[in-house]
Amino acid sequence: MSQIFHRSSNMMARLSILVIGGIAMGAVFFLFAYNRSDYFTNVHVAREQPVPFSHARHVGQNGIDCRYCHTSVTESNFAGIPPTETCMTCHSQVLPDAPMLEPVRASFRTGKPLEWTRVHDLPDFVYFNHSIHVAKGVGCVTCHGQVDKMPLLWKTNTLQMDWCLNCHRNPEEYLRPREHVFDMNWKLPAGENQTELGKKLVKQYNVNVHQLTNCSICHR
Amino acid sequence: MNATMRHLLPLLLLAVIATGCQEMYDQPKVKPLAKSDFFSDGFGARQPIAGTVARGHMKLDDQLYTGKAPVGAATPAGDSGAAAVPSQWATSDRSWTFPMPVTREVLARGHEQFNVFCSPCHGKLGDGKGMIVQRGFKAPPSFHEERLRTAPPGYVFSVITNGFGVMYSYASRVPVNDRWAIAAYIKALQLSQNMDASQLTPQQQRGLEGKK
Repeated sequence: MSQIFHRSSNMMARLSILVIGGIAMGAVFFLFAYNRSDYFTNVHVAREQPVPFSHARHVGQNGIDCRYCHTSVTESNFAGIPPTETCMTCHSQVLPDAPMLEPVRASFRTGKPLEWTRVHDLPDFVYFNHSIHVAKGVGCVTCHGQVDKMPLLWKTNTLQMDWCLNCHRNPEEYLRPREHVFDMNWKLPAGENQTELGKKLVKQYNVNVHQLTNCSICHR
Repeated sequence: MNATMRHLLPLLLLAVIATGCQEMYDQPKVKPLAKSDFFSDGFGARQPIAGTVARGHMKLDDQLYTGKAPVGAATPAGDSGAAAVPSQWATSDRSWTFPMPVTREVLARGHEQFNVFCSPCHGKLGDGKGMIVQRGFKAPPSFHEERLRTAPPGYVFSVITNGFGVMYSYASRVPVNDRWAIAAYIKALQLSQNMDASQLTPQQQRGLEGKK
């Protein structure tokens, strides 16, 4: 009786294991890469809004402070989206007839709020709190990027858990003095070292680093 | 179970698992300012019922919430500074005093809040030349003109609270204590811009010149 399989089948068998394994690994790699891609996370993707509100114009060029509109950022978990009244505080006088701003005026007349498209949307099982981050010296720019250079808003970070943990594990690499939290252009003073400054701030602001990676810090 | 069902079943399972995840991401709860289909007006955030007052929000203190002088309060006419009060403020019912002690912390807070909420129009010096004015907003008067320089703090507070002319009310944006802190800072700012430099201590004069 002759052999069913030719000698070369051994080679083919080994090769097929390699190929199948390669495909499986490739698929895993692809999924990881996809999960972090701008396409999936919407990072660097400017979102359309009912009114093309420009942070570049309002913050970058006019120098309006973050807190002028996001009034509850220092007191609450929610930074606050301004009511139409806040827009009209200036726009009753500045560009009062601009067609671009008609939705704002309509909202002011009717009392029907503008429906903005949310750019930074965390999953509902994350209990993020703005006020604690601001109080402990996390700059707005650290998470939101240079919004003063964004004509339409986009995310500069994935807001995925591994990204949060970068800082929750090593806050000293990211903290800045409290008084510069809202400063769009704060730079580490020349000659200072971020890690050293950060360690000092962690101590000064009573940041309990060992607690920051507890599940219940962010999840309930 | 026919052939089509056999093919569909795994897909169906996958769909159930996947939507399960999505429901964790978007739970049936109302986040701040979110839409709600439950209420006919579509607002997730509710207004207080008309005629009700939230605990601790009863505006019992007239001076604190309106800037009016407390009943029987002394006016500066009785003080040594009487000559400095122009007649238009002599009959004003606005408070000449603050409802809280004006400490360094209060002034620092006022400074911070002034720069956030007031400086876009009034300018950081209070000269009425803020950025928004340069963008076409009607220029406000300088804080350093005689009429405003001599105004009682309660007047400054009530303008922030109720608005004035084209200026909207800031009552919903700036908490009441911060509005008083801003009023205190504005009074300090007025003092700083109208001070005779020779009255300062030598050390403060060196500070003016940018030396320590």
